[in-house]
Amino acid sequence: MMDMAFLYDTFVALLSGVPLTLNLTFVAFAIGTVLATLLALMRMSRIKALDAPARAYVFVLRGTPLLVQIFLIYYGLGQFRPTLQHLGLWQFFREPYWCAILALALNSAAYGSEVVRGGLRSVPKREVEAARACGMSGLLLFRRIVMPIALRQALPAYGNELILMVKATSLASIITLTEVTGIAAQLISSSYRPVEVFIAAGAIYLAINFSLTRAIAMLDWRLTPHLRGPAAATGKMEGGSA
Amino acid sequence: MPEQKPGQTVVSLRGLHKRFGALEVLKGVSLDARKGEVIAILGSSGSGKSTMLRCINMLELPSSGEVVIGDEPVRLKKRGGGLAIADRKQIDKIRSRVGMVFQSFNLWSHMTVLENLIEAPIHVQGRPRRQCEDEARALLQKVGIGDKSGAYPSHLSGGQQQRAAIARALAMHPDVMLFDEPTSALDPERVGEVLKVIRALAEEGRTMLVVTHEIGFAREVASRVIFLHEGRIEEDGPTSEIFDNPGSPRFRKFIATVQHG
Amino acid sequence: MMDFLGLVSFGPDGWGLSLLFASLVTIAVAACGFLLGVVLGGFAAWANLAGGTALRVSADTYTTIFRGIPDLLVIYLFYFGGSLLVTSAFNALGHAGFVGLHPFVAGAGAIGVVSGAYQAEVFRGAFRALSKGEIEAGKSVGMGRFLLFRRIIAPQVLQYALPGVGNVWQMTLKESVLISVTGLVELLRQSQIAAGSTRKPFEFYLIAGAIFLLITWLSQHIFERLEKYTSRGVAQEAS
Repeated sequence: MMDMAFLYDTFVALLSGVPLTLNLTFVAFAIGTVLATLLALMRMSRIKALDAPARAYVFVLRGTPLLVQIFLIYYGLGQFRPTLQHLGLWQFFREPYWCAILALALNSAAYGSEVVRGGLRSVPKREVEAARACGMSGLLLFRRIVMPIALRQALPAYGNELILMVKATSLASIITLTEVTGIAAQLISSSYRPVEVFIAAGAIYLAINFSLTRAIAMLDWRLTPHLRGPAAATGKMEGGSA
Repeated sequence: MPEQKPGQTVVSLRGLHKRFGALEVLKGVSLDARKGEVIAILGSSGSGKSTMLRCINMLELPSSGEVVIGDEPVRLKKRGGGLAIADRKQIDKIRSRVGMVFQSFNLWSHMTVLENLIEAPIHVQGRPRRQCEDEARALLQKVGIGDKSGAYPSHLSGGQQQRAAIARALAMHPDVMLFDEPTSALDPERVGEVLKVIRALAEEGRTMLVVTHEIGFAREVASRVIFLHEGRIEEDGPTSEIFDNPGSPRFRKFIATVQHG
Repeated sequence: MMDFLGLVSFGPDGWGLSLLFASLVTIAVAACGFLLGVVLGGFAAWANLAGGTALRVSADTYTTIFRGIPDLLVIYLFYFGGSLLVTSAFNALGHAGFVGLHPFVAGAGAIGVVSGAYQAEVFRGAFRALSKGEIEAGKSVGMGRFLLFRRIIAPQVLQYALPGVGNVWQMTLKESVLISVTGLVELLRQSQIAAGSTRKPFEFYLIAGAIFLLITWLSQHIFERLEKYTSRGVAQEAS
């Protein structure tokens, strides 16, 4: 007993929320990735003063629900409005958009740092040794050898973090942002047809996640010709002889 | 490092000791390697030969002693129970002039063979890309894998990978080449092709230190042989003398065991 | 500081008791959802591994959909959709008006279904990790299918699945706060109420976070204990 016209209208209405969903996803993900790398490096630095705070951060952010973190930033910091105004930060913290970005980025960084750490640890010691033997060290070694290898190792798992981010953006609807889930909630309460709205909204999220998964798989494919057989890696063959 | 004169000392180790916890692996090793010498370093497992080699380019740090490359002593400082690198820049510079070939090749798996060869010349030595690429292709041709420049290490056989690794070390224009058991990880059929390349390098007059199990190879190619036993140099002399008149009974026993399996 | 302690005290002015009770609601709804997830996940894993095409496709569809859609949408579906269902059922029986599905039931159902999708994947992976050799050994001594399952397969799948299942529990626990949108007075909702009443959102959300940290930390410990217990026959890799 599905009303196709209604389903279609709902679908179109929900689409208007997609830009915000994608915006939240990518901005928070980018910031979160930078933070995650920083945290991973802190964890691996063997300097107690860096390792301990990083571990504490990861423990707290992963041990508490994202929604609590969002509420803490959006509602909780509102309690300190005078102080924030004094510091000129109130413009930032009063906006649900920025609060959501901040919370999403901080949360993602905690989970992401473990993935980055895993990637860094997977770099074979002997390849690092060969680089040192050629006179590479410090930033050069990290940039040319360690990071490219770590990146390729971490890509599948980190790609998963991106998908989780897409789903996490739905929580922004609870602090008044009108991304896809926010619009869906409004439509459900006004039309009382939760099933149709669910189907339409669900389809949109599945489509987004499917596209992102494919994009990541393609990136992974392009970065790892060395894991495939000689025939398959032909795309990069050097032309003939000198 | 300044241009070398024949007969000039290229590498000098003085009184090297190395301790791993309670175990003393090197018990006072001294050695002078001169330009053009091909030194085969022999010894049973645990004799400290790899450790000694790796102290030359500081992949291992001695607990005490001195290392001099060319006429430049490596600057070290005391730390804990041993020594630590005092001057990072000096070490990097030295390493770019000392080529090393590892037992497990250690090629960078995410780069093609060509990219492996040009990586350090471009980014450590700052040479122009075009020049490095041209040289790299010539080197690959020289070691017999000229058609593999676009392949990834995982696509090559062990022998081909090791030859690529040798080419990679040569691409840095090293003053001395170190080989750490270059054929130990290879299938018997592959050993020959790598030894052929190493022999060719020796015939060119390169200064080389080769840790190896291949006694036959040592006899034919090395100009000088060093025998290590339990962290000490027991034999050190020209190849012909060493094999014809082995002084230490342990060395005689070593040759006998290795040759007859 | 004393102010703060006063907030969470168990006296008439303090919110301590309400928060404690709300925490229990959180654990309860998460646990119910989780258990539902174990059943659904186990079934879906079985359908995927041993079922015919129709079952396999259904199981795959289930896990793909409920791992790819935000939990919040699922909660809305269960709460509003469930309420509609209940209302029509009651209307059919002659009672007019709107009847809501209790938020606890809707919430547990929703997170249970999502949790099941993740658990299915965990069980599948755990089963695949099983050593074929051990199953063959069991067959070769004449173990029947049920005995094989009970004595060889199930215990090992359980052992391999435990870490993954522990992760899903942590996830379910944290996702349970989303049920607060239905009005269920679990920990977050109670903190919201307290925050609104005292105008101290920062303190109360901090407290909520701290309580969650405690619960997740305890859960972690319990699962680690369980893992040690179930792998007592297995040689551990030297770390």
